Amino acid sequence: MHIVIIGNGITGITCARNIRKADPEAEISVISSESEHFFSRTALMYIYMGHMKYEHTKPYEDWFWKKNRIKLIRGHVRYIGTEFKTLSLVDGSMIHYSKLIIATGSKPNKFGWPGQDLKGVQGLYSLQDLESMNVHTSGIEHAVVVGGGLIGIEMAEMLLSRNIQVTFLVREKAYWDNVLPAEEASLISRHIQKHHINLLVETELKEIISDENGRVKSIITSRGEEINCQFVGLTAGVNPNIDFLKDSGIQTNKGILVNEFLETNIQNVFAAGDCAEFRNPKPNHPAVEQLWYTGKLQAEALSKTISGKRTVYERGIWFNSAKFLDIEYQTYGLIFSKLNQDEASFYWEHPNGQIAFRATYKKASRELIGFNFLGLRFRQNVAERWINSKISVDQAIRNLKEGWFDAEFSKPHYIEILDAFSACTDFKKVN
Amino acid sequence: MKAEDSLSIAAPSESHPLQKAGTTLVALAILSAFIAAFGAGIQYPVLFFWLIISLSVSGGILYSIPVYKSLAGIKNNGVMFAKSTSRGAIAWGIAILFTGFYIILYWFPSLLEGLIRIMDPLSYVLRGIKADHWFLYGTFYSLAILIMGIKFIGKYRHSRYHVIRTFSVMFFQLGFAFLIPAFLIKLNQPEFYFSYFWPLKYSYLFPNDVQSLISSGNVGFFMVFWGAVMTFIATPILTYNYGKRWYCSWVCGCGGLAETLGDPYRHLSDKSLKAWKIERWMVYSVLVFVTVTTLLLWLNSWKGGAILGDLSGSFAKWYGFLIGSVFSGVIGTGFYPLMGGRVWCRFGCPMAAILGIFQRFKSKFRITTNGGQCISCGNCSTYCEMGIDVRAYAQKGENVIRASCVGCGICASVCPRGVLKLENLAEEGRFDPYIRPEDK
Ligand SMILES: Cc1cc2nc3c(=O)[nH]c(=O)nc-3n(C[C@H](O)[C@H](O)[C@H](O)COP(=O)(O)OP(=O)(O)OC[C@H]3O[C@@H](n4cnc5c(N)ncnc54)[C@H](O)[C@@H]3O)c2cc1C
Ligand code: SF4
Ligand code: SF4
Repeated sequence: MHIVIIGNGITGITCARNIRKADPEAEISVISSESEHFFSRTALMYIYMGHMKYEHTKPYEDWFWKKNRIKLIRGHVRYIGTEFKTLSLVDGSMIHYSKLIIATGSKPNKFGWPGQDLKGVQGLYSLQDLESMNVHTSGIEHAVVVGGGLIGIEMAEMLLSRNIQVTFLVREKAYWDNVLPAEEASLISRHIQKHHINLLVETELKEIISDENGRVKSIITSRGEEINCQFVGLTAGVNPNIDFLKDSGIQTNKGILVNEFLETNIQNVFAAGDCAEFRNPKPNHPAVEQLWYTGKLQAEALSKTISGKRTVYERGIWFNSAKFLDIEYQTYGLIFSKLNQDEASFYWEHPNGQIAFRATYKKASRELIGFNFLGLRFRQNVAERWINSKISVDQAIRNLKEGWFDAEFSKPHYIEILDAFSACTDFKKVN
Repeated sequence: MKAEDSLSIAAPSESHPLQKAGTTLVALAILSAFIAAFGAGIQYPVLFFWLIISLSVSGGILYSIPVYKSLAGIKNNGVMFAKSTSRGAIAWGIAILFTGFYIILYWFPSLLEGLIRIMDPLSYVLRGIKADHWFLYGTFYSLAILIMGIKFIGKYRHSRYHVIRTFSVMFFQLGFAFLIPAFLIKLNQPEFYFSYFWPLKYSYLFPNDVQSLISSGNVGFFMVFWGAVMTFIATPILTYNYGKRWYCSWVCGCGGLAETLGDPYRHLSDKSLKAWKIERWMVYSVLVFVTVTTLLLWLNSWKGGAILGDLSGSFAKWYGFLIGSVFSGVIGTGFYPLMGGRVWCRFGCPMAAILGIFQRFKSKFRITTNGGQCISCGNCSTYCEMGIDVRAYAQKGENVIRASCVGCGICASVCPRGVLKLENLAEEGRFDPYIRPEDK
């Protein structure tokens, strides 16, 4: 049996490793065009900032693949012939598969802005993007980052680390307030400004202006303002990287359409990670999951299926984390930017304006729905257990210490949180 | 396209003008030290003493100002680009300087005569006798921990763990490893370091030292008692409760220097599996060697030198030369800018070896991994000065329980996702990995 995986990102590699663990015999090949070895995409920013070198971002040493008999093929798949189970690569070679996993990830969104293909205008997704960013930002003074998501703030921080002035265009009222509740979004927005990033909210990109050499020289915003810059980062989201599937017979919409087993419409062809789209996503969950964690979890489920134990992909209790410049963020359970009708929430913020906590719960039953932590760390297994077993928000806040994950000697903010909570509810403190 | 390679020639990092000024002052201090060593120190001891001290202290302060002024948080910007921290020309220069200093200190101390003399006034005040090259070394060593400690505290001031433990190493260096031994000499007592124990300070349990301490009177007797209690009783108990960190990154002077002066170089440790294999081989060999030497010495002294004659003595001498001088000094500290600050602690220290065995098999200490939150970025492994591949554990949801971990806590600080926590919890279940509720 020849299992072929396209894409050596977290999804493809997790598949390869887990299939090998379950089956010492299977022939496993991983084809990818971006890099020879698996590296951590989430660490791209740290390479640019000089915290790490490329080799530090490789989670496995180079001998690992040979030892585990995972064949790495550097190449770009041009076409998938599902009828005869073959792949053709750009270099003309053909590869036969018994089972095929497509894990080709994403590419940056471009919304047809005038000037979006000029020199010095780009997104950030791949190693090649990073290299180009390195070249195009060398020696410049001013950059504009468009789009207020997680990659946007990373790009702003990257540029800042090289003493480049950054203007950050955000469509929303505050940074990421389409995902974060207003208080958190405003806390982060203040922190962004503290770092001397020029944050322009409710502002969109209208046009990118070229100089005489085809290089960006300025942009024009939706408010008609012209901003001089030598680099524009486009970080308004990503979309599945599936253009090469056009005539393959594999059904796609935004991404490759899969069921809850990550099976496509074609037998023995599977898709997972950023490039997959669920036909029937769980309520409140996105159809395309573009996260490191979800790629890993999808791959773990899919490997079981491929190794003979057909397994449904279970997202489990939602969790995510990020870092906004100096402020860490962890979230457990589903907390939306706007509360649902039947929900209420308790928010606490430290006077220093850099630390915050939120618990959301059902109004009627007081059952816990989820937490947001800013500048605080909390144990995932405790949050999961509490949310799964539907404990009350009162009980949760009384026991926050149990899941506290801040470093030793840190200030015990859970005490202040409990005090604040007691003061604003009829809940009585129990010693 | 080979994006992997070309990225390594990335932008130069620009250091702050104040940091440049600070570096210049420290360079001037080193230059003055050279001039003093070549004879000027003998003529103008007081002048050179104050010149060197004030240049290095003010250089350190100037260098630290931008660190304190920047917003608190992890700022490893440019570490991989700067020539001083990425094995560039400056790093090699510093390594040669350090190594050269150790070689002269150990084998040609007479070359330092001019420098030693400038220490005389201080030595008379503290010890009541004139300075020697060890006093010179102790002063420089303490000064380095204090100055670089202040910088370190600034860099990690958002973490109380780092602030407190850095005050701790500064306190133990200044008090226990510098002032108290000096005062002891002034009071006509044996020079003794209450913060060093066998087997790191191997001679403290060698028959010669023990006998001469005991014969020196009550204080000496207490010293022997203290050393034995620390080695055989306190060490196991403390390590059981807190892991080896109570010593390696809170008390020990070698650790103290690695944490402060060595901090800019911590990412240079080798993380490969091969390095781990070499490490285990070497560090436990040293432990066996020092244990055998100690036993032989006692056997020999018990038999009145009958069995081994002078053989055990030369064994001890060789140990002192190879391990005590070459390894811990010349390589251990001299190679900071090339191999990171913990070369000695990782590959050579017999104390670390014993503490590590406790930590691995019988301790409450572990680094807990927070569920599935790891994004495999690699910051933790990169900045682990002991060369532990922390990420390998974190991405599997396993706790990090490794003999070599000195509990510096830097991995937990540099982790951008809050995945790691150093803690002392119940022994049971400390090896259990995280399993999602869905997979149970
Ligand atoms: C800068 C940045 C920061 C991020 N930070 C976080 C974070 O903090 N947390 C988080 O959860 N997520 C984060 N993400 C998202 C996360 O990295 C992705 O969700 C994840 O990497 C997707 O993994 P994947 O394996 O599905 O795809 P990818 O990692 O994209 O891997 C797909 C691979 O397939 C290759 N490929 C594509 N098409 C072909 C073809 N036709 N032939 C051959 N090879 C092909 C691609 O070159 C690529 O190497 C971040 C993303 C970026 C860009
Ligand atoms: S594992 Fe972490 S705490 Fe232990 S030595 Fe390495 S960086 Fe320090
Ligand atoms: S630093 Fe944190 S997120 Fe990154 S690899 Fe280590 S544990 Fe994982």
